[in-house]
Amino acid sequence: MNFETTIGLEVHVELKTKSKMFSPAPVTYGQEPNTETNVIDWGFPGVLPSINRGAYQLGIMVALALHADVTRETHFDRKNYFYPDNPKAYQITQSEKPLGTNGWVEIEVNGKKKKIGIAELHVEEDAGKNQHEDDGYSYVDLNRQGTPLVEIVSKPDITSPEEAYAYLETLRQIVQFTGASDVKMEEGSMRVDTNLSIRPIGQKHLGTKTEIKNLNSFVHVRDGLAFEEKRQQSVLLSGGEVRQETRRWDPDAKETILMRVKEGADDYRYFPEPDLPPVTVSQQWIDEVQASLPQPPAERREHYIKDWGIPAYDAGVLTQTKEMSDFFEATVAQGADAKQASNWLMGEVSGYLNAKHMELGQVALTPEHLAGMIKLIGDGTISSKMAKKVFKEIIQHDTDPDHWVREKGLIQLSDPAKLTPIISAVLDNNQQSIDDFKAGKDRAIGFLVGQIMKQTHGQANPKVVNQILMTEIKKR
Amino acid sequence: MDYFKTSLDQLHEQLRAGQLTSQQLVDETLAGIDKIDPNVAAFLAVNADGAKKQAAAVDAAGIDADQPLSGVPIAIKDNIVTKGVVTTAASKILANFNPIYNATVVEKLAAAGAINVGKTNLDEFAMGSSTENSAFKTTKNAWDYTRVPGGSSGGSAAAVAAGEVVAALGSDTGGSIRQPAAFNGIVGFKPTYGRVSRWGLIAFSSSLDQIGTLTRNVKDAAQVLNVIAGHDERDSTTADKPVPDYTEKIGQAIKGMKIALPKEYLGKGVDPAVADKIKTAAKQLEDMGATVTEVSLPHTQYAVPAYYIIASSEASSNLQRFDGIRYGFRAKDVHNIEDVYVRSRSEGFGPEVKRRIMLGTFSLSAGFYDAYFKKAGQVRTLITRDFEAVFNDYDLIIGPTTPTVAFKIGEKVTDPVTMYMNDILTIPVNLAGLPAASVPAGFVDGMPVGLQLIGKPFAESTIFQVAAAFEAQNDYLAQIPGGK
Amino acid sequence: MISKDSVAHVASLAKLQFSEADLEKYTDQLAEILDMVEQLEQVSTKDVPVTTQSIHLENVMRPDVAKPAEPVTELLKNVPTKKGTLIQVPAIIDKEDD
Repeated sequence: MNFETTIGLEVHVELKTKSKMFSPAPVTYGQEPNTETNVIDWGFPGVLPSINRGAYQLGIMVALALHADVTRETHFDRKNYFYPDNPKAYQITQSEKPLGTNGWVEIEVNGKKKKIGIAELHVEEDAGKNQHEDDGYSYVDLNRQGTPLVEIVSKPDITSPEEAYAYLETLRQIVQFTGASDVKMEEGSMRVDTNLSIRPIGQKHLGTKTEIKNLNSFVHVRDGLAFEEKRQQSVLLSGGEVRQETRRWDPDAKETILMRVKEGADDYRYFPEPDLPPVTVSQQWIDEVQASLPQPPAERREHYIKDWGIPAYDAGVLTQTKEMSDFFEATVAQGADAKQASNWLMGEVSGYLNAKHMELGQVALTPEHLAGMIKLIGDGTISSKMAKKVFKEIIQHDTDPDHWVREKGLIQLSDPAKLTPIISAVLDNNQQSIDDFKAGKDRAIGFLVGQIMKQTHGQANPKVVNQILMTEIKKR
Repeated sequence: MDYFKTSLDQLHEQLRAGQLTSQQLVDETLAGIDKIDPNVAAFLAVNADGAKKQAAAVDAAGIDADQPLSGVPIAIKDNIVTKGVVTTAASKILANFNPIYNATVVEKLAAAGAINVGKTNLDEFAMGSSTENSAFKTTKNAWDYTRVPGGSSGGSAAAVAAGEVVAALGSDTGGSIRQPAAFNGIVGFKPTYGRVSRWGLIAFSSSLDQIGTLTRNVKDAAQVLNVIAGHDERDSTTADKPVPDYTEKIGQAIKGMKIALPKEYLGKGVDPAVADKIKTAAKQLEDMGATVTEVSLPHTQYAVPAYYIIASSEASSNLQRFDGIRYGFRAKDVHNIEDVYVRSRSEGFGPEVKRRIMLGTFSLSAGFYDAYFKKAGQVRTLITRDFEAVFNDYDLIIGPTTPTVAFKIGEKVTDPVTMYMNDILTIPVNLAGLPAASVPAGFVDGMPVGLQLIGKPFAESTIFQVAAAFEAQNDYLAQIPGGK
Repeated sequence: MISKDSVAHVASLAKLQFSEADLEKYTDQLAEILDMVEQLEQVSTKDVPVTTQSIHLENVMRPDVAKPAEPVTELLKNVPTKKGTLIQVPAIIDKEDD
């Protein structure tokens, strides 16, 4: 029997705001437990929510970037459930009329392009955090409580773990480019809930789905789904039945483990939030947000490949983040050769950032300086060897490369009038090497170049040295 | 201080002239509470030390000549949070809750120089019509200690009626200010929904709750409302409209005023003796030059069931935060989170609160939402339209506040539906979000009757105008409750 | 008519528990209340919108400006049990990572 797979992904993305979704408490990370909260976050009696317009606007931005229709008349709803990290025992969310509906993203798997539909996206408040300890207690930190989230729900268009991976990566990039979120799985600003079902090919209705939790990276999502796909197939092939379960991905054992069997649907008793008046989104507001959207990564990639001759793979790397892509484009705009700029950013710059665990915005390097350095290499002012020194300088300090190489005397010696006497002197002192060369020992050239470099403290332009040396040696 | 004979204006005059200091007034008020409250049981907590400190500060700063509340002790219903003064909502689940912030109305009162003299009793979480649902004590009607003071603002009403304070704050979700005001022969005022901030009011039903006043005199109510009304950025449901001086129309003639009297408000279930008092009141208003015309509010009879679905549904959600984790009562010997929830809530809430949580949870649950919550919301629309239709042609609606005078303690508490029907005349107003008052309109068998005046949204001034004119025609306040 | 089982289910949603006798009592009372509520069925509400708020406001929003947090010592004042600045609660048995 052959099966087809249907995967649903619910992605929660933290919106980058200064204050919380429904309270003016600050949004911060890594602070002492409960020190970044107020009475609203704690759900004290008598407190009331208020809507953060900035957060709602970021939600609209994400909706537009995902080609979704923005709902013009909407309101918030309460989702009721008890949990220690949910202080009011209800979450303020949008159930009846989500912020956006009917969006899509285009993914590419093995060279094939496919559109994945987005059923809806809505804004809501995040919960706090529970820590479970071995002393018989759990501990609640409400710092995260109220952080604005946008939840993005896919349509059942994803049919393989690879597509799920590609969808998440594409989604991450698109949202990252809007600037609405950091979208980092490792920091929890992007979280993924998955469900998967299989059915015999040709069967109309979807099979029973299982949910997988604890997926902390895209790789875990792909591997977890792949495991679950196989597990369900073997259950069905051995005559069993898939139960509605929540399972947990164990990345070490590389398997999903049963957490609990779900009996019936959860009853969240949604109803319109009476403490918040409805929200009406005007066409003007939508237009303003649309106008502020930066060019999306897919368009940028196409531009790099078509107009600048960047290989597809490199274009992909350069559009991993908006910061990198913007930097690249600014470097080219400053006059750098696109291919060179791409090489430097993907090579030395990325290497440096990875080694130091830093980001582009945290180092001194500017597009202007990088372009300046690339130009110095291009016109022969500095050698590639020198360039490494220059790079080390400009990534750490706000230094103009042109000025700096002149000041430090790092300019390449390319003038034949200056180089010829030095080369002649070296030849005068190394008759043996000349003889060796003429006897067919090419290695002798290397020795001579080395001597010349030594005389010029490494500043001689190797290309020019080679030319003069060959001319001079033939004269002897 | 004899609060039976003293209005806010008179108090203010004495304070301003230096014949009385705020500290003396507080001391006299505390002495009065000591004497009267053992019989009436209106207060859950007397804020003696805090009140004295506040009064000393007001005296030191000087009485504000332009602020009639400056230096005056006022009682606050105990579902309104007061920083540093235990706030219980008359529930065991909040018995030791010490708020770390003030309600907006408490801030505004303090800024006006008013003194928080104590917290008054109520039905637990304001759910009830008799104050018998308090977890702590049963407040008595100031006129007859065997009768209920009404509810849920029974403590505030009894405190004012018994002469313990000149004014008190209450809250009104389905009549909780107007009904106890009627039962105690005083003035109760519920403003338009959105006129007074709910920040710091422990939510019962968010779309219906509104803070208001309990006073002996109409003008006193207007003066307190002047202080507490207004937009609040912390309550997104407050109106961003200017607050007029609510005393401005007091004393103006009501000649030409078009008043409607819905026939449903004098129909089945309304004690004929009570109905007679309302007809007499209507006649008096006509004698003063107003016209009183019979109208119909056809959906009135559906207000009670719609209300109990809506209010209980919202309450079931609002009261989920009382979970024994961050504040309030946590049951003893609980070893897992489920026990913390179930035992804390089961031991912490009283029977009426549980009944409403159950009704509300049921109404919102899967499969019942459309038939209950949604249906009730649609009926609410029809009830609102009934009012809108009448207000197209009339300035004010009048009727009785309650179908009967105050009933006996214990008479209805075991029969929820009978108790709920008692609110049939006040509930429609909350569903439509309108302003309304209850003013004294005479006595039946020695117990007070209330005349209800219902206005257009944000037309509080019209209510004050007519209420004051009616008050001036009568001397009901001359009768002093003796208790018995 | 509401059954005792339904009432028990609603109680579990609301995190309440009742003795057998109370469950009977609440079932009877809820049934009586729901009888009263059934009057609503007499009202035709076809095409009638739902009112959830009686004041007709919209787009009441605040700018994205953070105000300082409340001092944690104040917030912790009413907590039954705590550890450091954390709120302590008896163990959560269902360790779901939501």
